[in-house]
Amino acid sequence: MKVINFMGQRKLAIVFSGLLLLVSIVSLATKQLNWGLDFTGGTLVEIHYSATADLNAIRSTLETQGYAGSSVMSFGSDQDVLIRLPQGYSDEEGTALLSLLQETFVGDVELRRMEFVGPQVGDELREQGGLAMLLAIGLVTLYVAFRFQLKFALGAVAALLHDVIITLGFFSLTGMEFNLTVLAAILAVVGYSINDTIVVFDRIRENFRKLRRAGPVEVVDISISETLARTLVTSGTTLMVVVALALFGGEMIFGFAVALIVGILIGTYSSIYVASAWTLMMGVTKEDLMLPIKEGAEQDDLAP
Amino acid sequence: MLNKYPLWKYLLVLSTLLLGLFYAAPNLYAPDPALQIAGQSSSQQIDDKTLRRALNALDEAGIAYFGQTIDANGRQALLRLEDADQQLVAQARVSRALGDGFIVALNLAPTTPDWLSDYGGQPMKLGLDLSGGVHFKLEVDVDAAVERRMEYFVNDTKRALREDRIRGLVRLNSQGKLEARFQTEALREQAREIIAQNSPELEIERVDEGDSWSLLAAISPQARDEIESYAVSQNLTTLRNRVNELGVSEPLVQRQGKNRIVVELPGIQDTAEAKRILGKVANLEFRLVANMDAAQSDKQRFDYRSADRSGASEWLERDVIITGERVSTAQASFDQNGQPNVQISLDSEGGTLMSRATRNNIKRRMGVLFIERKYRTRYEVDEEGAEVIVKVPYDERKILTAPVIQSALGAQFQITGLDNPLESSELALMLRAGALAAPITFVEERTVGPSLGAENIRLGVRSVYYGLTLVLLFMVLYYRVFGVVAVIALTSNLILLVAVMSMLGATLTLPGIAGIVLTVGMAVDANVLIFARIREELVNGLSPQMAIHSGFGRAFTTILDANLTTLIVAVILYAVGTGPIKGFAVTLSVGILTSMFTAILGTRALINLVYGGRRVRKLSIGGRQS
Repeated sequence: MKVINFMGQRKLAIVFSGLLLLVSIVSLATKQLNWGLDFTGGTLVEIHYSATADLNAIRSTLETQGYAGSSVMSFGSDQDVLIRLPQGYSDEEGTALLSLLQETFVGDVELRRMEFVGPQVGDELREQGGLAMLLAIGLVTLYVAFRFQLKFALGAVAALLHDVIITLGFFSLTGMEFNLTVLAAILAVVGYSINDTIVVFDRIRENFRKLRRAGPVEVVDISISETLARTLVTSGTTLMVVVALALFGGEMIFGFAVALIVGILIGTYSSIYVASAWTLMMGVTKEDLMLPIKEGAEQDDLAP
Repeated sequence: MLNKYPLWKYLLVLSTLLLGLFYAAPNLYAPDPALQIAGQSSSQQIDDKTLRRALNALDEAGIAYFGQTIDANGRQALLRLEDADQQLVAQARVSRALGDGFIVALNLAPTTPDWLSDYGGQPMKLGLDLSGGVHFKLEVDVDAAVERRMEYFVNDTKRALREDRIRGLVRLNSQGKLEARFQTEALREQAREIIAQNSPELEIERVDEGDSWSLLAAISPQARDEIESYAVSQNLTTLRNRVNELGVSEPLVQRQGKNRIVVELPGIQDTAEAKRILGKVANLEFRLVANMDAAQSDKQRFDYRSADRSGASEWLERDVIITGERVSTAQASFDQNGQPNVQISLDSEGGTLMSRATRNNIKRRMGVLFIERKYRTRYEVDEEGAEVIVKVPYDERKILTAPVIQSALGAQFQITGLDNPLESSELALMLRAGALAAPITFVEERTVGPSLGAENIRLGVRSVYYGLTLVLLFMVLYYRVFGVVAVIALTSNLILLVAVMSMLGATLTLPGIAGIVLTVGMAVDANVLIFARIREELVNGLSPQMAIHSGFGRAFTTILDANLTTLIVAVILYAVGTGPIKGFAVTLSVGILTSMFTAILGTRALINLVYGGRRVRKLSIGGRQS
C-alpha cells in the first residue's frame, strides 16, 4: 500500500477551500440565491404549445393585458413555455392567463403545470428549510461526538458547513433556481458528505489504536490512503446515477441532480481534506480514543 | 468452519427476498383507465339499469369498455376502458347520459390479480406530480372566527348588564378587545363578576384612567386555541363532504399545522370547478312548521334530507325565524338521562329572535332547513356549432329535522328525541356545516397536467434504468465475481425497496424516484466498503477465507455508522419537509434500511455459498493480489 502524503498539502487545501468559501459567501451576500416560486410566492404556469411558441408575442400579450412583472421563457423545448407572475396576483390569475393565451393562439395550448404559492407559505418554507439544515447538522454532530469524539465531531461539522456553503454558492453564482427539491438535494448532500467523512474517521480511529508508534499526521495519511479506493469507487458510482438523473430525468429534477453532483464532488474532497485536516488542527491524539478500545473488541461479535 | 452460514440464515435471506418479490409484483400490473360512478347522495343505489344506461352511452360513442362491476353494497359502479385517451370523452358521455344525480369520476383501476391482492398486495400510490391532479393548501382565517366570537361576547355582555341594570358603555375596541366603561368602581366590580360568570373564556383586566373605571377583556389563549381547532375541524368536515361531490376517486383532505388544510385531488384538471365547489357556502333556516289551516301562500313544502325519511315532506311557514349566520356552535352531547341531543347556541340577536318566535308557539314544531348551492348541467350549442356545458346554479333546500318546541327558546337550546348518538352527531355536523364557518383562503395551488405526470414517470424510470445499468456494469468489471454478487444484492435491494414502499402504502413522487436513484448509488457503498476491505486483507497476506471473514467483520461498524447518520438526515427531511420532499425522505430512509440488509446479510450469504467451506486459492475480486 502506497501512502500518499495528503496532509502535507493541507496548507494548499486550506487556501483552496478558503477561496471557494470566500467566493461562495461573497456571492451569497451580494447576488443571493435565485429563489424559486416555493420560497418567493407568486404564480407559475407551464404551457405546452402544439407548434413553436412565439415568446415575444406572448410577452406583448401579457403586457397589454396588464400582467406587469411577468417573465416568459422557454422550458426544455421551443414548444414549452414557462410563465412566472410575481407575488401579488390572486390565485385565480393562472387559469385566466391560460384561457387568454389559448384565445391568442391558433393551435392548441395544453396546461402542463400550474403553481400558486401565497406569500405566507413562502416565508414559512424558507424558515423551515433553514431549520431543517441546522437540525440535520446539529444531530449529526451529536452522533459523531457520541460515537467518536468531540474533535472528530467538530471536523465533521466543518466539512458539512463547507459542503453546504459551497453548494449554495454554486447555485448563487450560476443563478440556477433554488426551489424545494434543490433544498432536499442539499440535505441529501449533508447525508452523503457525512457518510463519506465517517468512513475515513472510522479508519483513523482504527489506525490510531493499531499503529501505536505513528504520529497523528501519519495515521491520518495512512487512513486516507487506505480508504481512497473505496472513496473513489463510491463517489464514482453515485456520480454515475446522479449524472444519469441530470441527463435523463427531465427539467423538473435537473436542479436536484446538479446540486447532488456539485455536493458529491465537493463532499468527496472535503472528507479527505477538510474533515481530517480540521480534526488534526484540533490536536487529535491517541489518548482521545483510548476509551472506546473495548468497543473495538466487541465489533467482531456484532458482525454477522 | 469459516464463512458458512447456518441453514436458517440462508432461509431468512431467501424468504425475505421471496416476500419482497411477492409484494413488489403488483407494481408490474399497469392499472386500467376506468370510470367510477356513484350517486350524488350516499344513500343512492347504483342498479343494473343505471349501469346499462352508462354502457349504452359508451356503445353509442363507440368507446370500448370491459369488466364493469357494481360493488357489494350497490353504492358504486366501476367500468374499465380499453383506451386511456378516451377517458375524458367517456366521462363526458356517461355523465350526460346519467344526468345530475350521479357523479362520474376518472379512476385508475388496479389490475392486481386476486392471488396478490388476497394477501394485501397493492401497487405503490402515485403522487400528484406523477398522476396529474390538483393540490390545494387552504388557510382558515382564525382571526375572523375569533373576532366573530368577540362580537358575540360583547352583545352577550350588553344584554347581561342590561338585565341586571348596570349602566355602562360596552364596545368592541379597535384591538378586538371588549371594553367596558363605568362611572363608579362599585359598578365595575359588579360588572366584572357578571362577565366572569357569563363568559369564562375571557381574561379581564381593570384599567383606571382619570375619573373612569374600565374593564378590558380579551379571549384567553386557551379559548383561542379551542376556537381555532373548532374552526379548522369544522372546515375539514365541510371540505370532506364537498370533495366527495367532485367525484375524485382517491381524494385527500388533511389538516396541516395549526390552521392549514391540504386538499389533493388526483385526476382533476379543472381547478376553477374544484375551487367553486370547495369554496361554496351552505346555510340554514329555522322556520315554524305550518298549521294545517294556513293559507297556501304562507307555506312551502320541503323534503327531508336524510335517507331514512326519503319521500317524507313537511309544510313550513314562509317566514324565516333565523338563518345560519346566527348560529355560533352546535355540538352533539347527552342529557342527564344519557339520551343523545344536540346543543345549539345562537348569538344574542339570534337568541332574541328565537325567543320572540317561540314564546307563543310552544308545542308547535320548528323545522330546520339545510340550504346548499348546487348546479344543474345543461348542454347548449354555441354559435360555432360546438356543444358547451353550462352549469346553472340553484339552491337546494331540505329539512334536517322538525322537533317540537317544548318551551320558549333563548340563545341556548337543545334538540332532543334523537334515536342514537350517530344521529345526533350527524345532525350537529350538518348544523355546523350550515352555520357560517371561519372563512378560508387558498394559499397554495399546484396543478400538474396528465401529460406532464406521465412524462415524469417515463423520465424517472429511464434515469433509474440508465443509472442502475452503469453502476452494475462498473461493479462487474471492477470486482468480477464479487461484482456479480453485488449486482444481485443491488437488484434485490431495489425489489425490497419497492416492496416495502408498496406495503406501507407510501406515495411515490418525482423526488421519490430521485431518492431511489440516489439509494442505488449509495447502496453500492456498503458493498464497496466490504470488498475494498477484503482486497486490503488479501494484500496484507491473509488467506482468502480469512480475508472474507475479517473484511465483512471490519466493514460492519463503518457501514452501521455511515448509514445511521444518513438515516438521521432522512428522518429530519421527513419531519420538516412537505409533499414531494416527504416522498424523497421516505424512499431514502427505506432504501438505507433495505440496502443494509441486502449488503450485509444478502451479500454475505451469496459469498458464503460461492466460496464458503472449501479450499480457495484465489478470490475473483479484481485488483492486484499478492
